[in-house]
Amino acid sequence: MITCNGETVGDAATVADLLERRLGDARPHGVAVAVNGEVVPRGEWASYPLAEGDVVEVVTAVQGG
Amino acid sequence: MSSLVPDLVIAGEALSSRLLLGTGGLPRTSLVEPVLEAARPALVTVSIRRTSSLADGGLLAALQAAGVRLLPNTAGCLSAREAVLTAELAREALGTDWVKLEVVGDERSLMPDAVELLDAAEELVRRGFVVLPYTTDDPVLARRLVDAGCAAVMPLGSPIGSGLGVLNPHAIAAVRAAVEVPVVLDAGVGTASDAALAMELGCDAVLAATAVTRAEDPVAMARALRLAVDAGRLAYGAGRVPRRAEARASSPLIGLVR
Repeated sequence: MITCNGETVGDAATVADLLERRLGDARPHGVAVAVNGEVVPRGEWASYPLAEGDVVEVVTAVQGG
Repeated sequence: MSSLVPDLVIAGEALSSRLLLGTGGLPRTSLVEPVLEAARPALVTVSIRRTSSLADGGLLAALQAAGVRLLPNTAGCLSAREAVLTAELAREALGTDWVKLEVVGDERSLMPDAVELLDAAEELVRRGFVVLPYTTDDPVLARRLVDAGCAAVMPLGSPIGSGLGVLNPHAIAAVRAAVEVPVVLDAGVGTASDAALAMELGCDAVLAATAVTRAEDPVAMARALRLAVDAGRLAYGAGRVPRRAEARASSPLIGLVR
């Protein structure tokens, strides 16, 4: 089981797979990803493997002051 | 107007204006373009939040289409750990080393947590960020943040979103006197005179969000703040007359018709 943005989600082989499933795009613009508290650079999304218990954050820029 | 006042320089980079604009509270993305045109801000702040839909990227797309320079913030972070991770995510998402560092002590007052803020600032400087911390109007903490390597300090005029203006002008002037880096008045601006006062106190720039985004006419307020910031800066440089307790005639006293 993987946790993405606080929700339990099904297995995904890589960060890119997870993004494809969650956002419908494996390389979404303006998005950043952290796995277990460490940022995974965009260039590594396709190869970065996800494992049971990983905690993933997927973020973008929104309104802010 | 901006040609009337010298450029604001932060971390060695000349910025195009002395007004920084926050986007928080903007009622419609369609307002982005006219508000930016009216404000001509040097930097535009955004927050970093979890996303589950590509539709969340609408604001970012509009800002990037307008060609503005983005300044991500760490708003909502309650600890140095959260703020550092948020800053790292912002750097990856937006491709900028600059961060408006916010670490608040609680979600009600939204007042900076001095201990966590300083901790986060030290760590982010170590990691190569250009750190602009949102801080209290405390000259001692401002000095500590600069000693930690912050490129500017952003003292609050009054609580975030309050529109109460600069509640303690003496403290803002003391912050100005305590540090050599740019001072950006952040939080509390409600209208143009608040921004002008901050600049007259010696602030180098003003950040406004709520004042614009929740005004009845955000475009008009954006323009008003742009003019106020320049007017205040000019007045600061002009050297105001000392305050006097008694009247002093400005017209000649000789040659009076009797």
